Amino acid sequence: MMRVAWLVARKDLRIETRSRVLLWQVLPFGVIALILSGLAVGPNDEAMRHAAPGLFYLVILLVVLFMIGRGQAVESPAGTRTSVAMLGADPAGIFLGKTLALFVELVVTAAVLLTGVVVLLHAPVAGTASALPSVLLTLGALAAGGTLYGALVAGADVQATLLPIIALPPFAGLLIIGEKSFAAAVAGQSSVKWLLFLFVSLLAYLAVGILLYGVTEES
Amino acid sequence: MATIAELVDVVVTSGGFPLLAGATVHIDDHEVTVLTGDNGAGKTSVLRVLAGLSPVTSGRAVVLGVDLMTTDRRLLRRRVGWLGHEGSLYDDLTVKENLTFAAGMTDRPTDAIASALDRVGLTSRQNTRTQQLSAGQRRRLGLAWLLIRRPALWLLDEPYASLDARGRDFLDDLLRDVVAAGAGVVVSSHDPLGHERFATRTVEMAGGRILGDEFA
Repeated sequence: MMRVAWLVARKDLRIETRSRVLLWQVLPFGVIALILSGLAVGPNDEAMRHAAPGLFYLVILLVVLFMIGRGQAVESPAGTRTSVAMLGADPAGIFLGKTLALFVELVVTAAVLLTGVVVLLHAPVAGTASALPSVLLTLGALAAGGTLYGALVAGADVQATLLPIIALPPFAGLLIIGEKSFAAAVAGQSSVKWLLFLFVSLLAYLAVGILLYGVTEES
Repeated sequence: MATIAELVDVVVTSGGFPLLAGATVHIDDHEVTVLTGDNGAGKTSVLRVLAGLSPVTSGRAVVLGVDLMTTDRRLLRRRVGWLGHEGSLYDDLTVKENLTFAAGMTDRPTDAIASALDRVGLTSRQNTRTQQLSAGQRRRLGLAWLLIRRPALWLLDEPYASLDARGRDFLDDLLRDVVAAGAGVVVSSHDPLGHERFATRTVEMAGGRILGDEFA
Protein backbone atom coordinates (compact mmCIF):
# COMPACT_ATOMS: atom_id res chain seq x y z
CA MET A 1 0.00 0.00 0.00
CA MET A 2 2.75 2.48 0.93
CA ARG A 3 4.70 1.70 -2.25
CA VAL A 4 1.63 2.42 -4.38
CA ALA A 5 1.01 5.60 -2.36
CA TRP A 6 4.56 6.80 -2.99
CA LEU A 7 4.35 6.07 -6.72
CA VAL A 8 1.01 7.87 -7.08
CA ALA A 9 2.18 10.89 -5.05
CA ARG A 10 5.38 11.15 -7.06
CA LYS A 11 3.45 10.86 -10.32
CA ASP A 12 0.89 13.52 -9.33
CA LEU A 13 3.60 15.93 -8.17
CA ARG A 14 5.62 15.35 -11.33
CA ILE A 15 2.58 16.16 -13.47
CA GLU A 16 1.86 19.23 -11.36
CA THR A 17 5.45 20.44 -11.58
CA ARG A 18 5.43 19.96 -15.32
CA SER A 19 2.10 21.68 -15.92
CA ARG A 20 2.98 24.55 -13.51
CA VAL A 21 -0.70 25.07 -12.69
CA LEU A 22 0.19 25.59 -9.02
CA LEU A 23 2.84 28.19 -9.83
CA TRP A 24 1.05 30.21 -12.48
CA GLN A 25 -2.60 29.79 -11.56
CA VAL A 26 -3.22 28.64 -8.00
CA LEU A 27 -0.67 30.80 -6.18
CA PRO A 28 -1.55 34.04 -8.02
CA PHE A 29 -5.23 33.30 -7.45
CA GLY A 30 -4.62 32.73 -3.72
CA VAL A 31 -2.57 35.91 -3.31
CA ILE A 32 -5.16 38.00 -5.19
CA ALA A 33 -7.97 36.51 -3.08
CA LEU A 34 -6.03 37.33 0.09
CA ILE A 35 -5.41 40.92 -1.03
CA LEU A 36 -9.10 41.38 -1.90
CA SER A 37 -10.11 39.91 1.46
CA GLY A 38 -7.81 42.37 3.21
CA LEU A 39 -9.30 45.26 1.23
CA ALA A 40 -12.78 44.14 2.29
CA VAL A 41 -11.77 44.45 5.95
CA GLY A 42 -10.57 48.01 5.40
CA PRO A 43 -7.44 49.98 6.40
CA ASN A 44 -7.55 49.02 10.05
CA ASP A 45 -4.49 47.10 11.28
CA GLU A 46 -6.21 45.72 14.37
CA ALA A 47 -9.25 44.52 12.36
CA MET A 48 -7.00 42.91 9.73
CA ARG A 49 -4.91 41.20 12.40
CA HIS A 50 -8.08 39.93 14.05
CA ALA A 51 -9.53 38.67 10.76
CA ALA A 52 -6.26 37.18 9.45
CA PRO A 53 -6.82 33.53 10.54
CA GLY A 54 -10.33 33.46 9.10
CA LEU A 55 -9.31 35.10 5.84
CA PHE A 56 -6.37 32.71 5.49
CA TYR A 57 -8.64 29.70 5.77
CA LEU A 58 -11.26 31.21 3.49
CA VAL A 59 -8.67 31.51 0.74
CA ILE A 60 -7.33 28.02 1.51
CA LEU A 61 -10.87 26.69 1.08
CA LEU A 62 -11.16 28.23 -2.38
CA VAL A 63 -7.74 26.89 -3.32
CA VAL A 64 -8.62 23.40 -2.04
CA LEU A 65 -11.69 23.22 -4.26
CA PHE A 66 -9.58 24.29 -7.22
CA MET A 67 -6.84 21.75 -6.47
CA ILE A 68 -9.28 18.86 -5.95
CA GLY A 69 -10.78 19.53 -9.36
CA ARG A 70 -7.31 19.72 -10.85
CA GLY A 71 -6.27 16.42 -9.24
CA GLN A 72 -9.31 14.67 -10.65
CA ALA A 73 -8.90 16.22 -14.10
CA VAL A 74 -5.54 14.45 -14.41
CA GLU A 75 -7.31 11.11 -13.94
CA SER A 76 -10.43 11.95 -15.94
CA PRO A 77 -9.69 11.10 -19.59
CA ALA A 78 -11.44 7.82 -20.43
CA GLY A 79 -8.21 6.15 -21.55
CA THR A 80 -6.39 7.15 -18.38
CA ARG A 81 -9.20 5.98 -16.11
CA THR A 82 -9.40 2.57 -17.80
CA SER A 83 -5.63 2.12 -18.00
CA VAL A 84 -5.19 2.88 -14.31
CA ALA A 85 -8.11 0.62 -13.37
CA MET A 86 -6.45 -2.18 -15.32
CA LEU A 87 -3.34 -1.87 -13.15
CA GLY A 88 -5.45 -3.41 -10.39
CA ALA A 89 -3.57 -1.37 -7.78
CA ASP A 90 -4.56 -1.16 -4.13
CA PRO A 91 -7.17 1.66 -3.94
CA ALA A 92 -6.09 2.52 -0.40
CA GLY A 93 -2.58 3.17 -1.72
CA ILE A 94 -3.95 5.33 -4.52
CA PHE A 95 -6.01 7.32 -1.99
CA LEU A 96 -3.01 7.88 0.27
CA GLY A 97 -0.81 8.85 -2.68
CA LYS A 98 -3.28 11.38 -4.03
CA THR A 99 -3.82 12.73 -0.50
CA LEU A 100 -0.07 13.13 0.00
CA ALA A 101 0.34 14.95 -3.33
CA LEU A 102 -2.56 17.29 -2.56
CA PHE A 103 -1.16 17.89 0.93
CA VAL A 104 2.24 18.90 -0.47
CA GLU A 105 0.58 21.27 -2.94
CA LEU A 106 -1.51 22.80 -0.15
CA VAL A 107 1.56 23.23 2.09
CA VAL A 108 3.35 25.14 -0.68
CA THR A 109 0.27 27.30 -1.18
CA ALA A 110 -0.15 27.84 2.56
CA ALA A 111 3.50 28.89 2.91
CA VAL A 112 2.94 31.68 0.39
CA LEU A 113 -0.41 32.67 1.91
CA LEU A 114 0.97 32.73 5.46
CA THR A 115 3.69 35.07 4.27
CA GLY A 116 0.91 37.19 2.81
CA VAL A 117 -1.00 37.04 6.08
CA VAL A 118 2.04 38.43 7.92
CA VAL A 119 2.93 41.05 5.31
CA LEU A 120 -0.51 42.17 4.15
CA LEU A 121 -2.72 41.54 7.18
CA HIS A 122 -0.04 42.31 9.79
CA ALA A 123 -0.43 39.06 11.72
CA PRO A 124 2.42 38.63 14.25
CA VAL A 125 5.26 36.46 12.96
CA ALA A 126 5.74 34.52 16.21
CA GLY A 127 2.00 33.82 16.59
CA THR A 128 1.70 32.75 12.96
CA ALA A 129 4.70 30.44 13.33
CA SER A 130 3.21 28.85 16.45
CA ALA A 131 0.02 28.14 14.46
CA LEU A 132 1.94 25.94 12.00
CA PRO A 133 1.07 22.58 13.67
CA SER A 134 -2.65 23.34 13.48
CA VAL A 135 -2.32 24.60 9.91
CA LEU A 136 -0.55 21.38 8.88
CA LEU A 137 -3.21 19.22 10.56
CA THR A 138 -6.01 21.20 8.90
CA LEU A 139 -4.35 20.94 5.50
CA GLY A 140 -3.89 17.20 6.03
CA ALA A 141 -7.57 16.73 6.84
CA LEU A 142 -8.57 18.91 3.88
CA ALA A 143 -6.30 16.90 1.58
CA ALA A 144 -7.71 13.56 2.75
CA GLY A 145 -11.32 14.76 2.64
CA GLY A 146 -10.76 16.51 -0.68
CA THR A 147 -9.32 13.40 -2.30
CA LEU A 148 -12.32 11.39 -1.14
CA TYR A 149 -14.92 13.96 -2.26
CA GLY A 150 -13.06 14.42 -5.53
CA ALA A 151 -13.35 10.70 -6.26
CA LEU A 152 -17.04 10.83 -5.37
CA VAL A 153 -17.83 13.43 -8.02
CA ALA A 154 -15.27 12.24 -10.59
CA GLY A 155 -16.78 11.56 -13.97
CA ALA A 156 -20.00 13.44 -13.20
CA ASP A 157 -21.11 15.89 -15.89
CA VAL A 158 -21.70 18.51 -13.21
CA GLN A 159 -18.46 17.85 -11.32
CA ALA A 160 -17.47 21.53 -11.03
CA THR A 161 -20.71 22.53 -9.31
CA LEU A 162 -21.29 19.27 -7.44
CA LEU A 163 -17.94 19.30 -5.66
CA PRO A 164 -18.54 22.50 -3.61
CA ILE A 165 -22.01 21.30 -2.63
CA ILE A 166 -20.62 18.02 -1.31
CA ALA A 167 -17.36 19.29 0.17
CA LEU A 168 -18.20 22.68 1.68
CA PRO A 169 -20.55 21.58 4.51
CA PRO A 170 -18.10 19.09 6.07
CA PHE A 171 -15.15 21.38 5.39
CA ALA A 172 -16.89 24.24 7.23
CA GLY A 173 -16.35 22.44 10.54
CA LEU A 174 -12.67 21.92 9.76
CA LEU A 175 -12.19 25.55 8.87
CA ILE A 176 -13.92 26.80 12.02
CA ILE A 177 -11.67 24.60 14.17
CA GLY A 178 -8.62 25.59 12.14
CA GLU A 179 -9.47 29.28 12.53
CA LYS A 180 -10.03 28.91 16.31
CA SER A 181 -6.70 27.13 16.64
CA PHE A 182 -4.87 29.73 14.51
CA ALA A 183 -6.46 32.59 16.47
CA ALA A 184 -5.56 30.97 19.79
CA ALA A 185 -1.95 30.57 18.67
CA VAL A 186 -1.75 34.19 17.50
CA ALA A 187 -3.20 35.33 20.85
CA GLY A 188 -0.67 33.22 22.72
CA GLN A 189 -3.35 30.93 24.15
CA SER A 190 -3.35 27.15 24.34
CA SER A 191 -4.75 25.45 21.27
CA VAL A 192 -4.34 21.86 22.42
CA LYS A 193 -8.03 21.00 22.33
CA TRP A 194 -8.34 22.36 18.79
CA LEU A 195 -5.26 20.42 17.73
CA LEU A 196 -6.86 17.28 19.14
CA PHE A 197 -10.05 17.95 17.15
CA LEU A 198 -8.01 18.43 13.98
CA PHE A 199 -5.96 15.31 14.61
CA VAL A 200 -9.10 13.20 15.10
CA SER A 201 -10.61 14.72 11.94
CA LEU A 202 -7.47 13.86 9.99
CA LEU A 203 -7.50 10.27 11.25
CA ALA A 204 -11.23 9.95 10.49
CA TYR A 205 -10.82 11.18 6.92
CA LEU A 206 -7.82 8.91 6.36
CA ALA A 207 -9.68 5.89 7.76
CA VAL A 208 -12.81 6.53 5.68
CA GLY A 209 -10.72 7.15 2.58
CA ILE A 210 -8.67 3.98 3.00
CA LEU A 211 -11.85 1.96 3.44
CA LEU A 212 -14.08 3.59 0.83
CA TYR A 213 -11.88 5.01 -1.92
CA GLY A 214 -12.05 1.77 -3.88
CA VAL A 215 -15.84 1.76 -3.67
CA THR A 216 -16.11 5.35 -4.91
CA GLU A 217 -13.74 4.59 -7.79
CA GLU A 218 -15.73 1.56 -8.88
CA SER A 219 -19.04 3.40 -8.70
CA MET B 1 -6.35 -25.74 -26.26
CA ALA B 2 -8.10 -24.86 -23.02
CA THR B 3 -10.92 -22.50 -22.18
CA ILE B 4 -9.60 -19.50 -20.24
CA ALA B 5 -12.81 -17.44 -20.14
CA GLU B 6 -16.46 -18.32 -20.25
CA LEU B 7 -19.53 -16.10 -20.32
CA VAL B 8 -22.93 -17.77 -20.04
CA ASP B 9 -26.17 -15.78 -20.51
CA VAL B 10 -24.37 -12.66 -19.32
CA VAL B 11 -26.48 -9.56 -18.89
CA VAL B 12 -24.86 -6.17 -18.35
CA THR B 13 -26.94 -3.05 -17.85
CA SER B 14 -26.05 0.60 -17.61
CA GLY B 15 -28.66 3.06 -16.38
CA GLY B 16 -31.34 0.44 -16.99
CA PHE B 17 -30.25 -0.04 -20.60
CA PRO B 18 -29.00 -3.55 -21.50
CA LEU B 19 -25.50 -3.43 -22.99
CA LEU B 20 -25.39 -7.23 -23.11
CA ALA B 21 -28.66 -9.15 -23.24
CA GLY B 22 -27.70 -12.75 -22.49
CA ALA B 23 -24.34 -13.17 -24.23
CA THR B 24 -22.77 -16.63 -24.22
CA VAL B 25 -19.22 -17.12 -25.46
CA HIS B 26 -16.04 -18.92 -24.46
CA ILE B 27 -12.44 -17.89 -25.09
CA ASP B 28 -9.63 -20.39 -25.55
CA ASP B 29 -5.89 -19.99 -25.22
CA HIS B 30 -3.70 -20.25 -28.34
CA GLU B 31 -6.50 -18.52 -30.24
CA VAL B 32 -7.37 -15.13 -31.69
CA THR B 33 -11.09 -14.52 -31.30
CA VAL B 34 -12.50 -11.59 -33.25
CA LEU B 35 -15.74 -9.99 -32.11
CA THR B 36 -17.51 -8.39 -35.06
CA GLY B 37 -20.68 -6.40 -35.37
CA ASP B 38 -22.00 -2.92 -35.99
CA ASN B 39 -21.53 -0.04 -33.59
CA GLY B 40 -23.49 -0.74 -30.40
CA ALA B 41 -23.54 -4.51 -30.99
CA GLY B 42 -21.92 -5.12 -27.60
CA LYS B 43 -18.31 -5.89 -28.63
CA THR B 44 -16.70 -3.45 -26.21
CA SER B 45 -19.12 -4.53 -23.46
CA VAL B 46 -17.93 -8.15 -23.82
CA LEU B 47 -14.32 -6.95 -23.65
CA ARG B 48 -15.05 -4.86 -20.55
CA VAL B 49 -16.65 -7.83 -18.82
CA LEU B 50 -13.67 -10.03 -19.71
CA ALA B 51 -11.37 -7.32 -18.33
CA GLY B 52 -13.25 -7.08 -15.06
CA LEU B 53 -14.15 -3.46 -15.80
CA SER B 54 -17.93 -3.82 -16.04
CA PRO B 55 -20.05 -5.49 -13.35
CA VAL B 56 -22.20 -8.40 -14.54
CA THR B 57 -25.88 -7.99 -13.72
CA SER B 58 -26.78 -11.67 -14.17
CA GLY B 59 -25.46 -14.85 -15.75
CA ARG B 60 -22.19 -16.66 -15.24
CA ALA B 61 -18.77 -15.15 -15.97
CA VAL B 62 -15.49 -16.87 -15.17
CA VAL B 63 -12.24 -15.40 -16.55
CA LEU B 64 -8.82 -16.94 -15.87
CA GLY B 65 -10.41 -18.87 -13.00
CA VAL B 66 -11.89 -15.73 -11.41
CA ASP B 67 -15.65 -15.93 -10.89
CA LEU B 68 -16.78 -12.36 -11.58
CA MET B 69 -20.09 -12.87 -9.78
CA THR B 70 -18.45 -13.63 -6.45
CA THR B 71 -14.90 -12.28 -6.53
CA ASP B 72 -13.44 -8.77 -6.49
CA ARG B 73 -12.97 -7.83 -10.16
CA ARG B 74 -9.70 -6.03 -9.35
CA LEU B 75 -8.03 -9.40 -8.81
CA LEU B 76 -8.64 -10.22 -12.47
CA ARG B 77 -7.40 -6.92 -13.90
CA ARG B 78 -3.78 -7.54 -13.00
CA ARG B 79 -3.82 -10.72 -15.09
CA VAL B 80 -5.59 -9.38 -18.16
CA GLY B 81 -4.16 -7.01 -20.75
CA TRP B 82 -6.32 -4.21 -22.17
CA LEU B 83 -5.74 -1.99 -25.17
CA GLY B 84 -8.52 0.55 -25.59
CA HIS B 85 -8.99 3.04 -28.35
CA GLU B 86 -8.93 6.08 -26.06
CA GLY B 87 -5.21 6.17 -25.33
CA SER B 88 -3.13 5.01 -22.42
CA LEU B 89 -2.14 6.32 -18.99
CA TYR B 90 -1.08 9.96 -18.47
CA ASP B 91 -0.69 12.56 -21.20
CA ASP B 92 1.66 14.72 -19.11
CA LEU B 93 4.17 11.92 -18.51
CA THR B 94 6.71 10.77 -21.06
CA VAL B 95 6.49 7.36 -22.70
CA LYS B 96 9.17 5.95 -20.43
CA GLU B 97 7.73 7.58 -17.28
CA ASN B 98 4.33 6.07 -18.02
CA LEU B 99 5.77 2.58 -18.43
CA THR B 100 7.95 2.95 -15.33
CA PHE B 101 4.92 4.09 -13.32
CA ALA B 102 2.78 1.20 -14.55
CA ALA B 103 5.55 -1.31 -13.87
CA GLY B 104 5.99 0.01 -10.35
CA MET B 105 2.26 -0.10 -9.65
CA THR B 106 2.08 -3.74 -10.66
CA ASP B 107 5.36 -4.90 -9.14
CA ARG B 108 6.93 -5.58 -12.53
CA PRO B 109 10.66 -5.13 -13.10
CA THR B 110 11.58 -2.15 -15.25
CA ASP B 111 14.25 -4.14 -17.15
CA ALA B 112 11.76 -5.11 -19.84
CA ILE B 113 10.85 -1.52 -20.73
CA ALA B 114 13.75 -0.93 -23.13
CA SER B 115 13.14 -4.10 -25.13
CA ALA B 116 9.37 -3.47 -25.24
CA LEU B 117 9.92 0.06 -26.55
CA ASP B 118 12.32 -1.31 -29.13
CA ARG B 119 9.82 -3.94 -30.23
CA VAL B 120 7.03 -1.39 -30.77
CA GLY B 121 9.38 1.14 -32.37
CA LEU B 122 9.13 3.85 -29.72
CA THR B 123 12.71 3.89 -28.43
CA SER B 124 13.39 7.24 -30.07
CA ARG B 125 10.25 8.70 -28.47
CA GLN B 126 10.76 7.37 -24.95
CA ASN B 127 11.36 10.86 -23.53
CA THR B 128 8.45 12.41 -25.42
CA ARG B 129 5.32 13.37 -23.52
CA THR B 130 2.45 11.06 -24.39
CA GLN B 131 0.23 13.99 -25.41
CA GLN B 132 2.68 14.71 -28.25
CA LEU B 133 2.35 11.22 -29.72
CA SER B 134 0.11 10.43 -32.67
CA ALA B 135 -2.88 8.14 -32.14
CA GLY B 136 -0.97 5.25 -33.68
CA GLN B 137 2.05 5.85 -31.44
CA ARG B 138 -0.21 5.91 -28.39
CA ARG B 139 -1.54 2.56 -29.50
CA ARG B 140 2.05 1.31 -29.69
CA LEU B 141 2.65 2.60 -26.16
CA GLY B 142 -0.31 0.52 -24.98
CA LEU B 143 1.14 -2.50 -26.77
CA ALA B 144 4.53 -1.92 -25.13
CA TRP B 145 2.81 -2.07 -21.75
CA LEU B 146 1.14 -5.36 -22.72
CA LEU B 147 4.51 -6.74 -23.83
CA ILE B 148 5.95 -5.92 -20.42
CA ARG B 149 3.01 -7.53 -18.63
CA ARG B 150 2.70 -10.59 -20.88
CA PRO B 151 -0.87 -11.33 -19.71
CA ALA B 152 -2.61 -14.64 -20.31
CA LEU B 153 -5.54 -12.87 -21.97
CA TRP B 154 -5.16 -9.92 -24.35
CA LEU B 155 -8.24 -7.74 -24.94
CA LEU B 156 -7.88 -5.31 -27.83
CA ASP B 157 -10.66 -2.85 -28.63
CA GLU B 158 -10.52 -1.85 -32.31
CA PRO B 159 -6.71 -2.09 -32.27
CA TYR B 160 -6.25 -1.39 -35.98
CA ALA B 161 -8.29 1.80 -35.98
CA SER B 162 -5.41 4.30 -35.96
CA LEU B 163 -2.54 2.18 -37.24
CA ASP B 164 -0.92 2.64 -40.64
CA ALA B 165 -0.15 -0.34 -42.92
CA ARG B 166 3.20 -0.93 -41.22
CA GLY B 167 1.57 -0.76 -37.82
CA ARG B 168 -1.07 -3.28 -38.86
CA ASP B 169 1.56 -5.72 -40.06
CA PHE B 170 3.47 -5.20 -36.85
CA LEU B 171 0.35 -5.93 -34.78
CA ASP B 172 -0.38 -9.07 -36.83
CA ASP B 173 3.13 -10.36 -36.17
CA LEU B 174 2.89 -9.51 -32.50
CA LEU B 175 -0.44 -11.31 -32.09
CA ARG B 176 0.96 -14.40 -33.84
CA ASP B 177 3.82 -14.45 -31.32
CA VAL B 178 1.47 -13.92 -28.41
CA VAL B 179 -0.82 -16.74 -29.47
CA ALA B 180 2.12 -19.04 -30.18
CA ALA B 181 3.30 -18.37 -26.62
CA GLY B 182 -0.03 -19.66 -25.33
CA ALA B 183 -2.07 -16.54 -24.57
CA GLY B 184 -5.66 -15.98 -25.66
CA VAL B 185 -6.46 -12.85 -27.67
CA VAL B 186 -9.84 -11.21 -28.14
CA VAL B 187 -10.13 -8.42 -30.68
CA SER B 188 -13.16 -6.27 -31.39
CA SER B 189 -13.56 -5.04 -34.93
CA HIS B 190 -16.37 -3.53 -36.96
CA ASP B 191 -14.30 -4.02 -40.10
CA PRO B 192 -15.40 -7.39 -41.58
CA LEU B 193 -12.38 -7.61 -43.89
CA GLY B 194 -9.52 -6.45 -41.72
CA HIS B 195 -9.28 -9.42 -39.38
CA GLU B 196 -9.44 -12.42 -41.69
CA ARG B 197 -5.69 -12.69 -41.99
CA PHE B 198 -5.09 -13.65 -38.39
CA ALA B 199 -8.40 -14.65 -36.79
CA THR B 200 -8.78 -18.26 -35.72
CA ARG B 201 -12.36 -17.64 -34.73
CA THR B 202 -14.99 -15.01 -35.48
CA VAL B 203 -17.88 -14.22 -33.16
CA GLU B 204 -20.65 -12.09 -34.65
CA MET B 205 -22.64 -9.83 -32.36
CA ALA B 206 -25.78 -7.69 -32.61
CA GLY B 207 -28.02 -6.08 -30.01
CA GLY B 208 -25.94 -7.31 -27.09
CA ARG B 209 -26.21 -10.97 -28.15
CA ILE B 210 -23.99 -13.49 -29.90
CA LEU B 211 -25.39 -14.27 -33.36
CA GLY B 212 -22.75 -16.64 -34.72
CA ASP B 213 -19.51 -18.36 -33.77
CA GLU B 214 -17.28 -19.60 -36.61
CA PHE B 215 -13.83 -21.16 -36.65
CA ALA B 216 -11.54 -20.12 -39.48
